[in-house]
Amino acid sequence: MAEKDWPLWEVFIRSKVGLNHKHVGSIHAADGEMAVENARDVYTRRSEGISIWVVESSQIFASDPADSDALFEPADSKIYRHPTFYEVPDGVGHM
Amino acid sequence: MKNNLFTYTLRIADDSLILGQRLAEWCGHGPVIEEDIALSNIALDLIGQATNLLEYAATVENKGRTADHLAFLRFENQYFNTQLVEQRNGDFAVTMVRQWIFDTFRLPFYEALQHSSDSQLAAIAEKSLKETKYHWKHSSEWIIRMGDGTEESNKRVNDALILLWKFSDELFFMDDVDQDLISQGIAIDLETLRPVFNERIQLVLQQATLQLPDSKWKLNGGRLGRHTEHFGHLIAEMQYMQRAYPNMEW
Repeated sequence: MAEKDWPLWEVFIRSKVGLNHKHVGSIHAADGEMAVENARDVYTRRSEGISIWVVESSQIFASDPADSDALFEPADSKIYRHPTFYEVPDGVGHM
Repeated sequence: MKNNLFTYTLRIADDSLILGQRLAEWCGHGPVIEEDIALSNIALDLIGQATNLLEYAATVENKGRTADHLAFLRFENQYFNTQLVEQRNGDFAVTMVRQWIFDTFRLPFYEALQHSSDSQLAAIAEKSLKETKYHWKHSSEWIIRMGDGTEESNKRVNDALILLWKFSDELFFMDDVDQDLISQGIAIDLETLRPVFNERIQLVLQQATLQLPDSKWKLNGGRLGRHTEHFGHLIAEMQYMQRAYPNMEW
């Protein structure tokens, strides 16, 4: 079996009490259907989740760590962007 | 009658037990890590079913034997699994074809058995249904991919079909044990499962660009305790620890 022909997929699982899928690891598979089955077998053995997303790793475009300064640091010193100075009226509820 | 229920339960239990044992042989030897885990998971599911069924069988027999006794201390002619499940693993294609034929039968079988008038068998069938659905999906997907894959994968799965198809008919074997229990609403009339079995087999074969072998040769005997030459080796290994260290636990 030519393993090098099976692309790598990133696996995201949503747990029973979650809203979002969390990245849990990766598997190899020939196609999407098998990727979901493999992810199920490898990452949900202990009832870790109720929903699986798989994405071919090559489809993920990620930020370059070398650019972290330029991308993220400017936001640090701009507290005027944070919505913490407003008092939320009681009737509005959870915001 | 109690004897018939005991035999009937053993037949179902032994299919799960022996197939679970065969799949467990793959642990650590899978072609890729994902399938190593998948096959081990399926093995564990089957052994779980065998545990439930053998515990019930022991109760029905009512002679003080436990599920462990039944699993590890019977003689060859006292196991009633079909000859299909004792066939050797061979390559991945052989293992998947064996699994696929079995799963395609087992799913409608459990679906029917959950309506058995025997509440224990019905409960076990209901519990085992979801995992069986997954097993069937998993093995079917593999047959399709290997069949409609490369020249080599197609040849291997075709060879596996020629090797194993002759054992498929035994899944529908019935004798007076079944007839007695069918009349009580406990057992399933296996002939009623043939249409859906055949339909699903054909559906997968079509997508896999495969055909059934020409030969109509059918084998059976397992349900009556007559096994193929591979069975002796299998249970020798399976029973070794219990026979070498009687009553050992871990």
